[in-house]
Amino acid sequence: MGFTLFMVNNTNIDFSESEKIFRLEVRFFFQNELPKKVRFAIDNGLRLSKEEQVLYQQALATKGWAGTNWPVEHGGTGWSATQKYIFYNESAKAKAPRIVPFGLSMVAPVIYSYGNKEQQERFLPDILSSKVWWCQGYSEPNAGSDLAGIKTKAIRDGDDYIVSGVKTWTTLGHYADWIFCLVRTQDTGKKQEGISFLLIDMNSTGVTVKPIITLDGRREVNEVFFEDVRVPTNNLIGEEGKGWTYAKVLLTHERTNIAGVAVSKQRLSSIYEMLSIPPVGMADLRKNNVFMSRVLATEVELKALEYTELRVLSSVSTGKAPGPESSILKIKGTEVQQALDELYVEMAGIYALPFVPQQYDNANIDSTGPFFAANSAPHYYNNRKVTIYGGTNEIQKNIIAKQVLGL
Amino acid sequence: MDFALNDIQQMLQDSAAKFIQNDYDFETRQGFAQCDVGFNPDNWSLFAELGWLALPFAECYGGLDGNILDLMVLQTELGKGLITEPYLASVVLGGNIVQRHGNEAQKTTILEGLIAGKLKLALAAQEARSQNDISTISTTANKTDNGYLLHGHKSVVVGANCADKIIVLARTSGNSSDKKGLSLFIVDPKQAGITLNAYVTNDGNQAADITFKNVLVSFDDVLGDIDTAFDNVKKVLNDAIVAISAEAVGVMEKLLNATVEYCKVRKQFDQPIGKFQVLQHRMADMFMECEQSKSMLYYGAIAINSDDDADKAASLLKIKIGTAGRLVGQAAVQLHGGMGVTDELDVGHFFKRITMINTLFGSHDEHLDNLVKQQQVA
Repeated sequence: MGFTLFMVNNTNIDFSESEKIFRLEVRFFFQNELPKKVRFAIDNGLRLSKEEQVLYQQALATKGWAGTNWPVEHGGTGWSATQKYIFYNESAKAKAPRIVPFGLSMVAPVIYSYGNKEQQERFLPDILSSKVWWCQGYSEPNAGSDLAGIKTKAIRDGDDYIVSGVKTWTTLGHYADWIFCLVRTQDTGKKQEGISFLLIDMNSTGVTVKPIITLDGRREVNEVFFEDVRVPTNNLIGEEGKGWTYAKVLLTHERTNIAGVAVSKQRLSSIYEMLSIPPVGMADLRKNNVFMSRVLATEVELKALEYTELRVLSSVSTGKAPGPESSILKIKGTEVQQALDELYVEMAGIYALPFVPQQYDNANIDSTGPFFAANSAPHYYNNRKVTIYGGTNEIQKNIIAKQVLGL
Repeated sequence: MDFALNDIQQMLQDSAAKFIQNDYDFETRQGFAQCDVGFNPDNWSLFAELGWLALPFAECYGGLDGNILDLMVLQTELGKGLITEPYLASVVLGGNIVQRHGNEAQKTTILEGLIAGKLKLALAAQEARSQNDISTISTTANKTDNGYLLHGHKSVVVGANCADKIIVLARTSGNSSDKKGLSLFIVDPKQAGITLNAYVTNDGNQAADITFKNVLVSFDDVLGDIDTAFDNVKKVLNDAIVAISAEAVGVMEKLLNATVEYCKVRKQFDQPIGKFQVLQHRMADMFMECEQSKSMLYYGAIAINSDDDADKAASLLKIKIGTAGRLVGQAAVQLHGGMGVTDELDVGHFFKRITMINTLFGSHDEHLDNLVKQQQVA
């Protein structure tokens, strides 16, 4: 970001000239270079279909920006922390969709860090171009917070593994071509050491995907069943028994943007806009002191979080490992997201009640209440997930207690 | 992007940390706090030698040309020692207002004395009715042939008990809540017509209520220009918010560390109580509040230093410090059990200070209320 925080005469958060040019370039991209269908969905506050999501990510790929966090040698941007910060902020300001993380942000770093050359050449280009859709096979019905307790088995049989078991909470698994899984290759010894990292083609015989309907009435997550699925051993990443290590590295690797600060900032500024000029159907909530103090309390927490994230980015950009402050990003980030959800429901007022799911996908139906109202309660319900997934916030506190405070 | 300290700040941090560690253990501090003057005058001379009294002042007045970010670094370390020396009152408030509002002659003489450790200052701004709303001032100063006659009452003037000069905010024109019409006056507390009711505060510092009965102030002792003091006092108070927030961050770190260490050694049910998850999560919460406070401090200090929406930044910062301080302070006492409420242990005294910091320069609730009202008229 071109600033040294404590230099006596140079204390503004200010971007260098080249960073300012980069910011303009990013801004221009989001304003002018998104596919029409994607632009329409964004402008009308609609959820993106798989096709639109892929179109969006392909537009990024064409620009060379799909591998936001990837190193240059694998086709990534090689961006500095500051450039990522700028990109995420401009993306949020333009209300652009989030990049679906499973391929580009989750499995790709594992493949380019631990996969062999053949695997890198086989998988990375299709991830970068969003030609292949990935999903994550970690959680199981009996292995949630205690993830190392997974039971899905991969038993070696010649050049194949035979995989059997159940994965669950598989986000967008019904769209996926491939799934990256933690599987048990050994039953004895320390439970973490019997886990391997395996890539499985969703079209393999014996893979079944069943929907789980969430509180917003929609299909977002799934159960994935594996019945004696044959998986070639050259789909194993790295060494057998090291899967837990790779998965952990992946979690610490992917800290950028985990708190969703840029998106939350955008949502907060939308709240302020709607408070000063209430959209059709919305009450004048500015007079409500209790509500206003909740908005401001959320702003306080978000502002602090923004600087916590900057501190993390700053230490990463100077080559240091993220400090202890990084462990709070997930907790505080998700708390702020949920606080914003509550505010949106409050702003929808009585129009939080009507259940009109058509309005998520279709801009042409008559609006019931203010334009954001139909989605407010479903989003609130659905977003209770954020403090649960990725390691519940309670698990995160365990991590802070053990790893940071040494308790 | 770099949140590291520069060389000068690193030196400042090291020397302050060393001072607290070597010369300011808790028992020594209690000794200073309980003596008549409420602090150790030798330390004040040491502060002068170390250049701390010169830190925020311009080089032409003998200062070190530091800014609020440098002050922040120093104050965080001093907070860890719960110092009772009147640094906030004399330097951050008194010296700062002289530098911002005084004329050349006043700056030269007053700051020289302050930097040398020979002159201590206090700023008498707030009043009982208006508290932290410094536009609503009912102390008056009426012009006469020989100077101004100062009349009124100032409340809880921190550091007034030991100040050699007190800078008083009074109304010289306009209505009681006008921002225009406020002026500053330099008085000697021993002057005729001034009554000081000094007391110790709940956190071991000292303050006073001051009554002015037609106190004659010469024209030479009008600080800077007449009628225009509001903006500069506001700026000084924003700086003071950064300074006490920095101190609060030091206090919170101390409370967190003390609590974690205590929970590692205190055994109940045959194990260290820190092994219990319910306590671990409470300490994780304390940790997060400390870090979020530090982040907010950086934001606030940068924004105020570059005068970028400074009043709002000060309010956001003070709100965060208020909530975080309460959470960390209360949890620290709770996790120390009975020991947490004893006078003997330092934890209770850090708790006292963090609680009082919330009341200084506008509480959490006041700042929140102010911001809500600003949104409502925007």
